[in-house]
Amino acid sequence: MAKTNLTVQNKPAKKKGLSLNARKSLQLGVLTIPGVIWFLVFSYIPMAGAVIAFKDYKPKRGIWGSEWVGFDNFEFLFSSNDAGRLVFNTVFHNFISIFLVAFVAVAIAVFMDLVDKRIYVKTYQTMLFLPRFISWVVVGFIGTILFHYEHGILNQVVAFFGGEAVSWYLTPKYWWFIIPAFGVWKTMGYTSLVYYGTIMGIDTQIFESAEIDGANTWGKIRHITLPLLRPTIIIMSLMSVGSIMRADFGLFYYVPNNSGSLYSVTDVLDTYIFRALRGAGDMTSSAAAGLFQSVVGLIMVVTCNTIVKKFESESALF
Amino acid sequence: MKHANVFLKIFVHLFLIIMSLLCLLPFVMILSVSLTSETGIQANGYSLIPSEFSLEAYQYIFRNPTEVISAYGTTTFVTVVGTLVSVLIMAMLAYPMSRSDFKLKNGLSFFVYFTMLFSGGLVPMYILVTKYLGLKDNILALFLPILISGWNTMLLRMFMASVPVSLIEAANLEGASEFRIFFTIVIPLSKVGIVTIALFQVLTFWNDWYQAMLYIDHGDMTTLQYMLYRVLNKVNLAKEYGGMMATQEKLPNENLRMALCVVAAGPMLVIFPFFQKYFSKGITVGGVKG
Repeated sequence: MAKTNLTVQNKPAKKKGLSLNARKSLQLGVLTIPGVIWFLVFSYIPMAGAVIAFKDYKPKRGIWGSEWVGFDNFEFLFSSNDAGRLVFNTVFHNFISIFLVAFVAVAIAVFMDLVDKRIYVKTYQTMLFLPRFISWVVVGFIGTILFHYEHGILNQVVAFFGGEAVSWYLTPKYWWFIIPAFGVWKTMGYTSLVYYGTIMGIDTQIFESAEIDGANTWGKIRHITLPLLRPTIIIMSLMSVGSIMRADFGLFYYVPNNSGSLYSVTDVLDTYIFRALRGAGDMTSSAAAGLFQSVVGLIMVVTCNTIVKKFESESALF
Repeated sequence: MKHANVFLKIFVHLFLIIMSLLCLLPFVMILSVSLTSETGIQANGYSLIPSEFSLEAYQYIFRNPTEVISAYGTTTFVTVVGTLVSVLIMAMLAYPMSRSDFKLKNGLSFFVYFTMLFSGGLVPMYILVTKYLGLKDNILALFLPILISGWNTMLLRMFMASVPVSLIEAANLEGASEFRIFFTIVIPLSKVGIVTIALFQVLTFWNDWYQAMLYIDHGDMTTLQYMLYRVLNKVNLAKEYGGMMATQEKLPNENLRMALCVVAAGPMLVIFPFFQKYFSKGITVGGVKG
């Protein structure tokens, strides 16, 4: 019975071979339609809309109807005092946090590997992961608990040591440290997981033979764990370098409470673009800033990818 | 790697305990302030343990629950609908990309990948959503613009690529359509990946404030995060224009602010740690190679 069925089915299957493939391709194509439409509408149309940066945009005339003005918007943006500060703040904060996050996350991962009870590892990971689950708005509230002038924890500490209360939200200099600290706080837990995963993947025999050779713990970390982590660290960091022109909006908007007194330190391209769009600023220089960000971003990603390829071609993104 | 000596062990645990506490204590603080009476805060400032225990903030919320309930409703709707729709669409897109015999595979991957490299920026997006799609103050604006994530689509593709090809071939030989293969073989076999991505999406939609900030001007479409933003903003305005004004304008009590925070962020903090293994999975799979 089964045999006859097989022979009967085999023949038409072979004949149908080609047409079946075309039909199957079509079916696969149909599956992609909603996703493709979404990307067309919400990614590719705005890309085309980026020409607004070269136009004198008048809402009534629409993007295409507005007049071309060449690079005027960029000239306006970059001749203002804001541009240099915005770019510097964005790049500087990102650089600092790339290094800090890598350093802290690797330290956590390496130390986590020295913990021998599974339950402790899980407990630490759970706690380190908590900041990942909340929004930057909630982090903003945590900020007010720390920095509130009268009731804040920091000023309580300052008072305990006999110091004078600090107006945290009005004093820019502290924010060179506060911003990266919060950036690290929010990301270290889950970044360390990547490194921890890499360490878990290291062949235990390597450690065992090192032990036989008399290596101590620090020696093993220095000569085995860290060198084997290096490609991951480089790739993770280079990937972040790719988005060096993009700031994490929430960090720079909510944690300093959008305090105007702190703009000299905390204002970045993303917050500037938002304020220009939703506040009093002008839309066209905001669009110019956005396009600048995207173009530099693209160049950085492609450059970094080329570099990653040299280090470890398998880990390159494309 | 184990067998560290005792002093090193103490040091390692001390370091990890400090780091963990840095992550945990801020949440304890929020909870504590929300449970302190307003007079207690005024007298003693914020503290890790309520200086004067009181449920007044929560009583206030339960007496005037309209705004919180409506915000919960909007956020829940956006999260549930957004997650279901986005995961389905991303899975439908990721599956053909995971099939090595699909001719458009590479083109499609580049089509998705390019959106992660380059974007038109915020301004064209804003004009598109408000002017051309007319979604200002529309609930769709809260999740449609961020529905699909290129990154998560790529992650899903990687999960789906591990479905044994032999199973798909066998189904092909039996004459199953690609739709059937997708729904009855691929989806069940990439369950872990789909749950992981769904959790990422839940987090994205639940915690999103940006869409509301951009596209919602009228209060009846408030999400939880946007409600929190407005509370924070009110406090901030008072601070900006002179500390003196703060006493004149009616600000939400400090314990009430924190109680709202607990109400809005609490569920995620309680529920999500239980799903942590999925997060770890998604991160270790996607962390290095996207």
